[in-house]
Amino acid sequence: MSQSGTDKTEEKTANALASHRRDKLRGSESRMNTDRWFRRICVMVAAVSVIILLFLLGSIIQQGVPSLSTTLLTGTPEPDPSQAGAWPAIAGTIWVCSICALVTLPVGIGTALLIEEFKPRSRWGSRIFSLIQLNISNLAGVPSVVYGILGLTAFVSMFSLFGVDKNGIQGFEVGAKYFDQFTNLASDPFLSMGMEGVEERYFLAPVADRADPPTIPKQGMTIFEYQNDQLNPVKISVVGPEDLPPTDPVELSLAIDANALPGRISEKAWYYFRLPFGRGVLSGALTLMLVILPVIIISSQEALRSVPSSLRDGARGLGATPWQVIWNITLPAAAPGIMTGSILAMSRAIGETAPILIIAGIVYIRNAPHHLMDSYTVLPLQIYNWTSRPQEEFHSIAAAGIVVLLGILLSFNAIAVILRHRMQNKIN
Amino acid sequence: MKSVASRVFIAMIISSFGLLSSNAQNTSLRGKIEIDGSSTVYPISEAAASGFNKSYSNVQINVGVSGTGGGFKRFTKGETDISDASRPIKDSEFAACKQAGVSFFELPVAYDGLTLVVHKANTWVDHLTLDEIRKIFTTAGGAKTWADVRSGWPEKTIQIFAPGTDSGTFDYFKEVVVGKSDTSLRSDMSTSEDDNVLVTGVSGSPNAIGFFGVAYYEENKDKLKSVAVVNPTTGEKVSPTATTIEDGSYAPFSRPLFIYVNAKSFQRSEVRQFVAYYLRQAPAMAKQTGYVALPASIYTQCMMRCRDSKNGVGTHYLTNSMEKRSGAVTQVYRKENLVD
Repeated sequence: MSQSGTDKTEEKTANALASHRRDKLRGSESRMNTDRWFRRICVMVAAVSVIILLFLLGSIIQQGVPSLSTTLLTGTPEPDPSQAGAWPAIAGTIWVCSICALVTLPVGIGTALLIEEFKPRSRWGSRIFSLIQLNISNLAGVPSVVYGILGLTAFVSMFSLFGVDKNGIQGFEVGAKYFDQFTNLASDPFLSMGMEGVEERYFLAPVADRADPPTIPKQGMTIFEYQNDQLNPVKISVVGPEDLPPTDPVELSLAIDANALPGRISEKAWYYFRLPFGRGVLSGALTLMLVILPVIIISSQEALRSVPSSLRDGARGLGATPWQVIWNITLPAAAPGIMTGSILAMSRAIGETAPILIIAGIVYIRNAPHHLMDSYTVLPLQIYNWTSRPQEEFHSIAAAGIVVLLGILLSFNAIAVILRHRMQNKIN
Repeated sequence: MKSVASRVFIAMIISSFGLLSSNAQNTSLRGKIEIDGSSTVYPISEAAASGFNKSYSNVQINVGVSGTGGGFKRFTKGETDISDASRPIKDSEFAACKQAGVSFFELPVAYDGLTLVVHKANTWVDHLTLDEIRKIFTTAGGAKTWADVRSGWPEKTIQIFAPGTDSGTFDYFKEVVVGKSDTSLRSDMSTSEDDNVLVTGVSGSPNAIGFFGVAYYEENKDKLKSVAVVNPTTGEKVSPTATTIEDGSYAPFSRPLFIYVNAKSFQRSEVRQFVAYYLRQAPAMAKQTGYVALPASIYTQCMMRCRDSKNGVGTHYLTNSMEKRSGAVTQVYRKENLVD
């Protein structure tokens, strides 16, 4: 009964709708025109952005590709543009962005999960949640320079929580070995005169603690010298103010002044870690994390929201715990969306210059970073430096640098796209 | 007698430097040198670091470009070993050094000539006096058109391009043009931290004027025209060239560039070797990077300061009462002007 009743009403409504549409269509040539124009405008707008992009890419490639060379990829920054390379900057970019991704993705996705999947139960809880939400949306619009300044206080100096003690030693560290470096009698550029022909040698005395006072040279002390990159013990002679320096050039090269002041140097292992972080890779990565975290959180939230609640309800109905629901149902379903957001965010991190300029600011560096606290530079900073040089040749290697940066960006993105496809296939 | 002795002494120093420079590669010297500061001095420091690493491959040298002021901020905290500066240290920075117990060697390494440039098609400007420059660049002068600067010049609005207010270049120009008077540089100038932007700006507008370091003019001679400046003491029109900058006749816009070396860091062998290399190579590196070498006597003075690790520290550009001392580098950079 009721079945046929509803059928009838539905039929009636459908008829009414159809006739209404016909009426409208008949007198609506202008509407169709609007539609056509709208489509044209859309195509035009899309074409403008594509043309601008192609133009930019074209001019960069035209200017940059001729200067692309193995020197640029493997060399170090040099004053001569033809020998200048960007290897330390490339390595720095990869280090900083990888660490940034490793830190940011868990934190960002975790925050999004908390906000979306664990709705607050109390009134106060929901207030706190909406406060967090408001903060995140606002943080997405803060200029990145501001994050640079924040990173400088929060990570580089850690709010100056670690005071400097009376020996000028700051904070806490593991993984560093200290040496006192001595110069032999003949090698000091400002003191030695008339000692030409004597080999220039440097000796390292191990220091137990970095706060120890400078080593005082003593006859027969344990002291080493780097020979072919290996620390070998050597026997030195200490020449006092009243002693005559040895006459034999080899012996003279092994002699150091009794009043010589050593220079304290350090060697850091790959696991070297210190507090505060200082101007190292880790500070850079964490500052970039601040820059991109809001983007990742918001896009992950959107992705989680787009997962149909029927999936969750079904799983819950089968008796799954919240953890099982999230891990087995929600996250896999939202993964493609989360990946897309992360790709966009990481692309921003790779190209970011301003915060890095504030917290690292180095442009001449010859080594790739060796540990988390090591100094570094990034490719955008290197490019910025090259473009601000007066010589035209530097401008073309800067363009080549941009091509390399685009290459790194595309390869990062390619990895993410492949991962996204895998996940999507799994779900389907 | 004394002067002969000192001459022999100086000759000995110079010859000993010459001998040391012929050394082969040394891999046993280790350590790390942190340099930060002026982007104007950066090319010279980069050349020094790169050249030094060819002889001492295991010394790690990092050079940053935080600007003269930013560099001094880190230097006074003892974070860097060497600070690049395109102007002498200020009294406030000197006081901060004193407070933190940082003493330093002040070493001029090259000359830079601030160059005033106009568009290629600008036929009327060929030289400017300091007063005319004040008319253009200060709020008190307030010249709107070229006719306001000198009668007979066209009534076209002047566009001004200037380096960023954080740069030592801006500071130096301000000091020369404004000095102690109570006016200030105009705030309606187009400023940029990137001097290439200034080059593009001036070369793109026929009524523009701008200023920056001579290196940028040398690289863009085909696009720009430099303006001769009337030397206030001799009254002669002088164009910025290597000769006029070096002999001091291009005044008052030629300025020395400095490195400041932390005296405590200077105890370390790698810093000593690096500074020695820097001073030895400074004339050649200045030329290579578009600057002008200082007179040889200044480099000798620098070496003497470094040799005298106790009494060589301090600045020459402040008096005992912390007043700014100015003048040609040969007049100011003297042992009797050293204040610590």
